[in-house]
Amino acid sequence: MDLHEVQAQLTEWLDEAATAFQKVPGSAVLIRYVRSSYQNDPVRSAIELILVIFFIRYLLAPSYSTSKQNFIKLTEDEIDELVEEWVPEPLVAPQTALEEAEMEKLPVLVGPTGPKVKIANGKTVINLASYNFYNLNANEQIKEKAVQTLRTYGVGPCGPPQFYGTQDVHMRTEADIASYLGTESCIAYAQAFSTISSVIPAFCKRGDIIVADRAVNYSIRRGLEISRSNIKWYNHGDLDDLERVMKKVVEEQAKKKLTRRFIVTEALFETVGDCNDLPRLVELKEKYKFRIILDETWSFGVLGRTGRGLTEAQNVDPTQVDMIVGSLAGPLCGGGGFCAGQKDVVEHQRLTAASYTFSAALPAMLAMTASESLNILQSNPEILQQCRENIRFMRAQLDPRSDWVTCTSAAENPVMILVFKSEVVKARRLSIEDQERLLQECVDESLANGVWITRLKGMPITNSIGLKDGAWTVTPALKVCITSGLSKKDVEKAGVTIRHAITKVMTRKTNNKLGLPAA
Amino acid sequence: MPRKLTNPFSTSSMPNSERTAERRPSQSKGSRITQFFSTPKSKEQLSAQQTLQAMQQHQGISPPTISLPTISLSTASAGEPNSDEPATTLFQPPSVAEESRRLRVESQFGPLISQSHRYISAHQGKPLEAPVEDEPPYFYVLTTYLSYLILIFFGHTRDFFGKRFGNKKHYEALKVQNGYAPLNDDFDNFYVRRLKMRIDDCFARPTTGVPGRYITLMDRKSDDFNRTYQFTGTYTETLNMSSYNYLGFAQSEGPCADAVEEVVRKYGLASCSPRADSGTTDLALEVEREIAQFVGKPAAMVFSMGFVTNAASFPALVSKGCLILSDELNHASIRIGARLSGAVIRSFKHNNIDDLERSLREAIAQGQPRTHRPWKKILVAVEGLYSMEGTMVDLPGVLTLKKKYKFFLYVDEAHSIGALGPRGRGVCDYFGVDPAEVDILMGTLTKSFGANGGYIAADKHVIDKLKSTNAATILGETAAPSVLMQISASLRIITGDLAPGQGDERLQRIAWNSRYLRLGLKRLGFIVYGNDDSPIIPVLLYHPAKISAFSHEMLKRKISVVVVGYPATPLISSRVRFCVSSAHNKDDMDRLLAACDEVGTILDVKYSTGVAGGLAPLPTGVTPETESEWRKANGLEGVISPPRWKLEDVIACGAEDAKKTLR
Ligand SMILES: Cc1ncc(COP(=O)(O)O)c(C=O)c1O
Repeated sequence: MDLHEVQAQLTEWLDEAATAFQKVPGSAVLIRYVRSSYQNDPVRSAIELILVIFFIRYLLAPSYSTSKQNFIKLTEDEIDELVEEWVPEPLVAPQTALEEAEMEKLPVLVGPTGPKVKIANGKTVINLASYNFYNLNANEQIKEKAVQTLRTYGVGPCGPPQFYGTQDVHMRTEADIASYLGTESCIAYAQAFSTISSVIPAFCKRGDIIVADRAVNYSIRRGLEISRSNIKWYNHGDLDDLERVMKKVVEEQAKKKLTRRFIVTEALFETVGDCNDLPRLVELKEKYKFRIILDETWSFGVLGRTGRGLTEAQNVDPTQVDMIVGSLAGPLCGGGGFCAGQKDVVEHQRLTAASYTFSAALPAMLAMTASESLNILQSNPEILQQCRENIRFMRAQLDPRSDWVTCTSAAENPVMILVFKSEVVKARRLSIEDQERLLQECVDESLANGVWITRLKGMPITNSIGLKDGAWTVTPALKVCITSGLSKKDVEKAGVTIRHAITKVMTRKTNNKLGLPAA
Repeated sequence: MPRKLTNPFSTSSMPNSERTAERRPSQSKGSRITQFFSTPKSKEQLSAQQTLQAMQQHQGISPPTISLPTISLSTASAGEPNSDEPATTLFQPPSVAEESRRLRVESQFGPLISQSHRYISAHQGKPLEAPVEDEPPYFYVLTTYLSYLILIFFGHTRDFFGKRFGNKKHYEALKVQNGYAPLNDDFDNFYVRRLKMRIDDCFARPTTGVPGRYITLMDRKSDDFNRTYQFTGTYTETLNMSSYNYLGFAQSEGPCADAVEEVVRKYGLASCSPRADSGTTDLALEVEREIAQFVGKPAAMVFSMGFVTNAASFPALVSKGCLILSDELNHASIRIGARLSGAVIRSFKHNNIDDLERSLREAIAQGQPRTHRPWKKILVAVEGLYSMEGTMVDLPGVLTLKKKYKFFLYVDEAHSIGALGPRGRGVCDYFGVDPAEVDILMGTLTKSFGANGGYIAADKHVIDKLKSTNAATILGETAAPSVLMQISASLRIITGDLAPGQGDERLQRIAWNSRYLRLGLKRLGFIVYGNDDSPIIPVLLYHPAKISAFSHEMLKRKISVVVVGYPATPLISSRVRFCVSSAHNKDDMDRLLAACDEVGTILDVKYSTGVAGGLAPLPTGVTPETESEWRKANGLEGVISPPRWKLEDVIACGAEDAKKTLR
């Protein structure tokens, strides 16, 4: 509390006391005494009077704030004039041409999502734009469970977890995830997208140090920004650079009070698709005493024999990763996100993570679905294999064969990120906007031929977050999401369609002005 | 009343499956004929199965008290739902299965006891006056501070000894371990460790089943002072005064749940993609259209979480060089969104129009800090109904300022949508204001609609732009089909497209329940915050010890309530908050009043001085209009005696008085 606040509080109490005083029996006696002293002792009364005046003056004085240093005093009329003259900008800027085109062309799905879907123009297309990697969305067993849950719990829990919103279903889902991953405990959030944005500020405060990969996704960036911690960056995927930064932090901190230090990174990167090296991360973390917040949103349910994520894929003990954050909404077809770790890590979030405490709990059906999906993955790891096979088939059609694009995703990542080859970009002198426009044309062309893929979106907003030196330009890319729900033939056919679509767009006369690729 | 059976999908683009038709038998002529013999509530010549299904479709949501066919000898004609006459039953009692089903349905949504227990929520002309905030005698304020001092003192003493001689495990997290800085700051953690832990069992009580009229708690006990809990394996069904289930749509039966089941079977559980990729479904667009129409805006967009709706929309609306003027009591999601936007944030006193005007004048006159450049735009963010105070925004007041000062207005209707207004359309509806006057109407679907998520409604060009720039649309997951259908079905019930009559009943019941309970609590002598029509009713407790005591005493009486203290409220004004629902009926309110009366006496929380209402009735012949004259004539001007009504009187007079101006 500031001094003047204390003072204000005191005077307030005094004031209150004065009023209360009048209610106290016997106060009249005192008042009579003061009155008589006024007649007999004018000096004393004068001093009292001065005190009272001072007191009143103090009470009436406007509270002053430090931000008013260059405050310009204006008359009311002048202010009215300024108010009259002021013209605000419109609430939102008009849509840009790309935004408008994109919105217009955004296909609308009719009916359920799946490997083959119907879109609003009546066509049935192959859907390579959803995270429905194992087509669990069509699983009857899951649907049955969900309906049962609906008939017992209704839909929404109608309240935040701290106020009667925690249902036994949530506790079961949390326990299921924890035991599946092999961590001590777990907490389920109501939305995957915002989970890590709340997890980071729950632990990282002003003065703490975070070392983050430059390519981390938008949600993480948001979390970093809210945390107000001291953020250092290392080059994407370059763990030697990470070590250099960590070493420097340790040296700088050597003489100061020990602060919390964190490494924040992703397992499979959302915007690049490549995979992290967890054993090395853990080694560094232990060496320099950092904690790891690992975003497994894109790897949970994907990597490893039974889909436990990066820890399973790279044989790391999950207890060595302090916080594992993941999604229940992607391939698991449920809803919400989670953070797994030690018990005190989890319990701390229940009180301090904003999107957990200030938001309603996850609908029971979605929590139940997530549990059920995990169960299926665990008991039928074949479906993961099937998906990986499809990834291979698709890759064979695209990466080595296309003259134009290359895939930056890890081999087992069902989200295939396709970027223009650097020689193409160089030869045609493609700016970021050019690339985005061309890729959008590829998406449209591919859809016209019955294969729905999408672009990596959200680049402008990712870049707009005001983090110092964290600048990272997301390379425009196509996003092809593989699913096990398609046969080899379908996948290969889709791959050919995509490849041809890209070639067609790139060789179009209008796009060709800048010359052919070097290849 | 004509029992027109509406298909839940009739206006949606979704094809109508045969199964729907099968499940909802249309009524034969027979039933129309029988209406001559029956009260509208009774159904004849339907099989038990049909009765049950028809029950869900019935004009009243409240199932008839006895759900088996009843023959009534009364002669009420069809189309007169307001008949109070009880049905004279000549029939044998229902079977065990029937009975248990009835209990189940009623535990989610209570039957309406009398048609007179309805009220239309609307603002009554005059400018909105800020509710009077009563204050307890100083003794209580002082002892409250003293309580905290004692708690803090004891906390530090226990820490002092605990850290030296106590169980090392409990303090490990606060120390440097093996080269890692502690995860929790000792200082930050003090509150949790030493204050909250004492009353931790009042929070996060695990539940099971539907959070409807009743909520079932899983009993737990703690042997180590709330450090850990063990489940005893038993359950307690309690009266639910805690969920944001304003319109009672938390139900596992009925038209909503049927529609949701249908959609789960057809669409599966998820959309598996953000809206910008492949998550834009016919269902989502349909829901957006319905919401836009409901709130009275040209366009709307839905999100899968209410919190994120705010957190992601502010950055899409304002940026550096803009100013956000935010009510000091705004929700955390607004504060986080505002912070992320990069705009300058200033707050004004809660619901204080003068302070808002002062801030606006100063902001426009001074311009941006240091440079004095004019602000690009000013966005004023307010909530429709404040969840901890029960106060409503003074929308007409804010709109008057808006005309003069040209700011943009963002109203978060998280709690007010559905819960306020004659048609349940939020604060605009309540005040009779054209929604076009508010730039952005935001709301959550978590509360009144029993679903999850949030929405933003605005002009079409605003929504279009937001759809392209809003992070949660581009990257966040789409709301699940089941959730979307719950929104759609509940919306249609409110508008009367689905199960006509139900919506109005729900709206009018919550309005009546809120006024009845509020008036009753005031008359019993409690300090109650908030506006008269608000379904959020906070009762002030002050002393920290009373937080847990009140919660426990209520739990003993099988009522679950939300208690809140510092830091969610100012240090001294700890409170208990009742959330009224349409699912409650007068019996529930009376049960709560009786419990509060007892507990209030035991805990000494009847602090009211009477300035905020609950006064004794006027003598016969004196009307509220002539009250001041009467007071003058009898020398009673300014004399306010603290209300301490007897429970019987509260219950006896409440039903009628709740419909008059509360005093
Ligand atoms: C004013 C306000 N806005 C937003 C929210 C967040 O909504 P949700 O619970 O759907 O995330 C709440 C919830 O408590 C709220 O009170």
